[in-house]
Amino acid sequence: MAVGLGHFLTVAAILFVTGVFGIFMNRKNIITILMSIELILLAVNLNLVAFSAFLNDLAGQVFALFILTVAAAEAAIGLAILVVFFRNRGSIAVDDVNTMKG
Amino acid sequence: MLGLQAFFFYVFALVTVGAAMMVVLSRNPVHSVLFLILTFVSAAGLFLLTGAEFLALILIVVYVGAVAILFLFVVMMLDLDFGRIKQGALEYAPIGAIIAAVLLAQLIIAVTGSYYNPQLSASTVLPTPPLETMSNIQALGAVLYTRYVFFFQMAGLILFVAMVGAIVLTLRHKPGLKRQSIPTQVARNPKTAIEVVKVETGKGV
Repeated sequence: MAVGLGHFLTVAAILFVTGVFGIFMNRKNIITILMSIELILLAVNLNLVAFSAFLNDLAGQVFALFILTVAAAEAAIGLAILVVFFRNRGSIAVDDVNTMKG
Repeated sequence: MLGLQAFFFYVFALVTVGAAMMVVLSRNPVHSVLFLILTFVSAAGLFLLTGAEFLALILIVVYVGAVAILFLFVVMMLDLDFGRIKQGALEYAPIGAIIAAVLLAQLIIAVTGSYYNPQLSASTVLPTPPLETMSNIQALGAVLYTRYVFFFQMAGLILFVAMVGAIVLTLRHKPGLKRQSIPTQVARNPKTAIEVVKVETGKGV
């Protein structure tokens, strides 16, 4: 049975929904929220690469490369904010996050 | 041949989906990070199956080698109270599962219908050169530094800003720490730094 575009898009859809579900479920744990965001970005990358392969269009892979870059930068900044938050608070309870408002 | 591709596709797809579910369902954040690494590696396998080999290996180098290790460092560094974290999660689980199932059903219906318009491939933005003429990384390079050079430079700038931001956020000056002061070091002159002492033979300083 040939693996078609729909198969890849289904896997990407499942990953996306798992990421959304992870954010929904783990609201108190910032690290799991950040990891769920990485899952969502991975699902989007998989979508782009699958379309790039099946439509014979390299732009999908180029776009996925830039998304990878931005995802890495965002993970670094998010974790840095988390570390400073933990230093000041002593816990990573997300309920207190709105005290960061300046 | 086609059966082999399908076999590997299902292996990678099932491992990816299973590991992704374990990321969000694990109690222990360290387990979550390790399952995230497994998700990335099997997603890299899926990328390889579509022919995007550069992106697949870059996924492992950047995502697993940098981002996941960063997550692991931070998880190890923070002293987490697992009991307090997990207590609020269970009451939202049924509603979350229903919403996730509805969203998944909608997405799958959208993508598995008759979506593929043959005229679409005539209007590609950037036709992929066939694999005989150049490899995937060569094809990406041919276009990344010419047509998309502005975005390439912007991506570098984004990474630079992220690096400076992370350093600025987390750097702290501890009081007892000895630091180099380059101007002080460069301004030393022999008159103040060296003292000539006449030592008699047999006696020390």
